[in-house]
Amino acid sequence: MNRFSAFVQKEFRHILRDRRTLLILFGMPVVQVLLFGFVLTNEIKNANIAVLDPSKDLESIALTSKLMSSGYFHLEKMLDSPSELDPAFRSGKIKMAIVYPPDFARQLQAGTAQLQLIGDASDPNTATTLINYANATIADYQQEKAVNSGVIPVKSLMVVQTRMRYNPEQKGVFNFVPGVMTLILMLVAAMMTSITIAKEKELGTMEVLLVSPLQPIQIILGKTAPYLVLTLLNAFIVVLLGIFVFGMPLRGSIFLLAAECVLYMFVALSLGIFISTKAKDQMTAMFISALGLMMPTMLLSGFIFPRESMPVPLQVIGNVIPATWFNPIIKGIMIKGVGLDVLWKQTLVLGAMAVFFLGLSLKNFKDRL
Amino acid sequence: MSQIILENISKSYGPLLAAQDISFEVSKGEIFGLIGPDGAGKTTLFRILATLLLADSGTARICGLDCVKEYRQIRKIIGYMPGRFSLYQDLTVEENLEFFAAVFGSSIKANYDLIAPIYVQIEPFKNRRAGALSGGMKQKLALCCALIHKPEVLFLDEPGTGVDPVSRQEFWEMLASLRAHGITMLVSTPNMDEAELCDRVALLQKGKIMAIDTPKGITSGFKSPLLAVRSVDMYQLIKDLRDMEGVADCYAFGEYAHLKFRESTTLSLTLTNEILAFLNAKNHQNIEIKPVQATIEDCFIEFIKH
Repeated sequence: MNRFSAFVQKEFRHILRDRRTLLILFGMPVVQVLLFGFVLTNEIKNANIAVLDPSKDLESIALTSKLMSSGYFHLEKMLDSPSELDPAFRSGKIKMAIVYPPDFARQLQAGTAQLQLIGDASDPNTATTLINYANATIADYQQEKAVNSGVIPVKSLMVVQTRMRYNPEQKGVFNFVPGVMTLILMLVAAMMTSITIAKEKELGTMEVLLVSPLQPIQIILGKTAPYLVLTLLNAFIVVLLGIFVFGMPLRGSIFLLAAECVLYMFVALSLGIFISTKAKDQMTAMFISALGLMMPTMLLSGFIFPRESMPVPLQVIGNVIPATWFNPIIKGIMIKGVGLDVLWKQTLVLGAMAVFFLGLSLKNFKDRL
Repeated sequence: MSQIILENISKSYGPLLAAQDISFEVSKGEIFGLIGPDGAGKTTLFRILATLLLADSGTARICGLDCVKEYRQIRKIIGYMPGRFSLYQDLTVEENLEFFAAVFGSSIKANYDLIAPIYVQIEPFKNRRAGALSGGMKQKLALCCALIHKPEVLFLDEPGTGVDPVSRQEFWEMLASLRAHGITMLVSTPNMDEAELCDRVALLQKGKIMAIDTPKGITSGFKSPLLAVRSVDMYQLIKDLRDMEGVADCYAFGEYAHLKFRESTTLSLTLTNEILAFLNAKNHQNIEIKPVQATIEDCFIEFIKH
């Protein structure tokens, strides 16, 4: 058996015999995708609201029931007087309140009706989203009424048509699946390789490996090859979950997607090797990977927070994070169905990163103690 | 021609001098022992010779190859067994051996006769994970792994540490048998009794060589008369004997205290009786006195105190 294949075989044995490694490799991606897909979503459903309706006429009742049937709201309680508003918000039982005037239908007939929406802005994102949902539903109600009665209200002269391309239902999953992929592949590829090399140092086996005819490049490639294969498998699992569990489309070429995944993994693996040339033990390797790679990948790459709204220095830092470039690639291929003609720039940046970090880690890999 | 040549090797870690101007040669088929307590600089010398560390000054050659410039060639012809167990604990005995054979471009079959006397003892456990082996077994496996490519020179850093006395004895018998294959061996140990099993030894203390000779040559340099003394209260015994007239030194040695006289003194029954009387006067019980041959350890203690 030749040197290299013996090394790769040994590496596979280490991985397959260590339950913790296997769990991180295959348990975590699935759990993360499912978590992000099902639990951590910014869509709001069935938010508890209260209604204060002293008029209780046809119009107010019709509007309230329309709001309730939208699926976004759940009527927690009907209020009898304005003094009940404050305690209801304070107790945290309601996120929003709708307040009608005593003569809602009459006001509406006269031309202008007052209607108050009160949001709980202690959570500003939720409050804004709920108010927007309510506004949209109210506008809808007005439109319907106008059409039914044949009267065109003054306000509705300008008809705005909105169309959300590529993701008409605005599913959060379309954002999370690619985001989780950038995160998982970085985590598995970079963290696991840095840990596995640091482990050899920590246990003293590196000392024996160095005093052997193995070349540094053979050690490095032998360490990374198994993880490249396993991470590809991982990427495949995540894509399958996205498509079959969450209904993500795959509009572009699957081969291009696979090739881009391999490229991204090369960047991640070479980063992992680079970390391991600096870290003396597994703990250090893990901390550097977690803090230096995972956090920025999650926070700065535009996966969770939009990059446009970040201060300029953070945007600059974001530019050197591989995920920043990989995220648009996955979204482009899966959701928009575009090819290399659009994504060449991101691909080029990733390629340059791979060459840079691999060169850097080869240069830093010491073949003495 | 000498297989291992060190010339004026020095190495320091900050203010700590781990090796000071070390020079010695080891010829083909010789078992050479580096003897010294922990921190004497044994491992540093091993790492320099195994091309893992660069010396601050001096040159080292193995089989005529320079340890700095030609380290790649050296790594093909040496076997190295570090002081700490450095095999893969999650791989089985056989997998470990196969791996190291493959790494050196060899196979278990090709050099089976070389490792056979050792390997037969652990072969019944070949499907057991290395981490589950006993200390003695681990050392035997590590020796097999270091030998599997039939190295010219074998470096064994403290192979006897953490091993029971029986296994240690067996281990040294194996090393002796490897001499027949013309393998040169550099062995380090903090145990003075292991020193007697080497062809030649270097006594190492604080990065300096105090003596290089055959074990016999070293012990024959010990000129002072030596007695082993024992009583019930050993602590008090050593304290009292140190005050006795004509005594050069007295120190604990296993169950006994070794009592060293000045070189001019001659051992005689009169002297023994004098000691007995001296100790009786100090109320010591169950006194036992016998003349002993100086061991490497006695020499070592003498060197340190000089």
